[in-house]
Amino acid sequence: MRWLAEVHVRLRSGIADPEGQTIAGGLRSLGFDGVTDVRAGKLLRVSFEAADRAAAEAALGQMCSRLLTNPVMETADWELSADEPAAVAIES
Amino acid sequence: MSRAPRVAVLVFPGTWSDRDFAHVAGLVGWEARLLWHTEVDLGDADAVVLPGGFAHGDHLRTGAIARFSPVMRAVEAFAAAGGPVLGSCNGFQVLTEAGILPGVLLRNDHLEFRCDWQPLRVERAVGPWLGALTPGETICLPISHGEGRYYAEASVLDELDATGRVVLRYADVNGAVTPDANPNGSLRSIAGIVNERGNVLGLMPHPERAVEAEVGGTDGLRILRALDDWLVMQPAAAERRL
Repeated sequence: MRWLAEVHVRLRSGIADPEGQTIAGGLRSLGFDGVTDVRAGKLLRVSFEAADRAAAEAALGQMCSRLLTNPVMETADWELSADEPAAVAIES
Repeated sequence: MSRAPRVAVLVFPGTWSDRDFAHVAGLVGWEARLLWHTEVDLGDADAVVLPGGFAHGDHLRTGAIARFSPVMRAVEAFAAAGGPVLGSCNGFQVLTEAGILPGVLLRNDHLEFRCDWQPLRVERAVGPWLGALTPGETICLPISHGEGRYYAEASVLDELDATGRVVLRYADVNGAVTPDANPNGSLRSIAGIVNERGNVLGLMPHPERAVEAEVGGTDGLRILRALDDWLVMQPAAAERRL
């Protein structure tokens, strides 16, 4: 069956994130004085086939460790949902 | 008399310094061969160069897709066997993604793409590429990158330092390693490292762009010319070259 995963890739804590700092500065310059920090990351939407949820989770773990993240600098988590045919039709 | 060093210069989609290395080959006496990334065999290469550029568009992360190009399996085996490998700029990024060198190259701390001449302090003169340099001297090479901020965990940095594997650091013209002389925020001002055996060099600067006095300097020649002397001194390599 078809699955849709939203994979969030985050820079590990402790690694300087100048992009996030720049965005935080931009927000503060717009008057959002309460902004203390921004961390930038990536959102990847992965559509794929897998027999069941367990197989889908296992595949995602492999995707993340082999390509989607570099464990030296990043971590990832994801939200996995069954990809309903109707939703596919709307998006395509 | 031994023949000219045969150097495989890898070309990924988006590589841009391959032609510069091919040009340099004529100056340093290499027989260079441009090798497309789908090749699986390095042939009779004495050395491998991973040039700068934006392999596979640097999508996802720099070097992330390139490390899975078919040719990289051969490069991993060649490096593990002690063969001379040089990765410059994007080539350095590919080598770290492939796990051939430790750490990673992150976005420059100021977020700018930096293209400039950069003084470097030579920390150690080991391996196939640095034998003509002297520890403690200052050389000058161009840098040209947006993602050159070297990062590794503190324990990895300590090990690199303890084992003398940090070979080049960003410095000022007097050779002083200072925060102001660091062009990208690299931890410990690291500009170049070698693997445990010393045969693989990764560096952000471009030695191939410092080979003619007319364009600003020739320190790159000293790095690229050192390969020939090193090969002569290696029994296995020398035998292959007869």
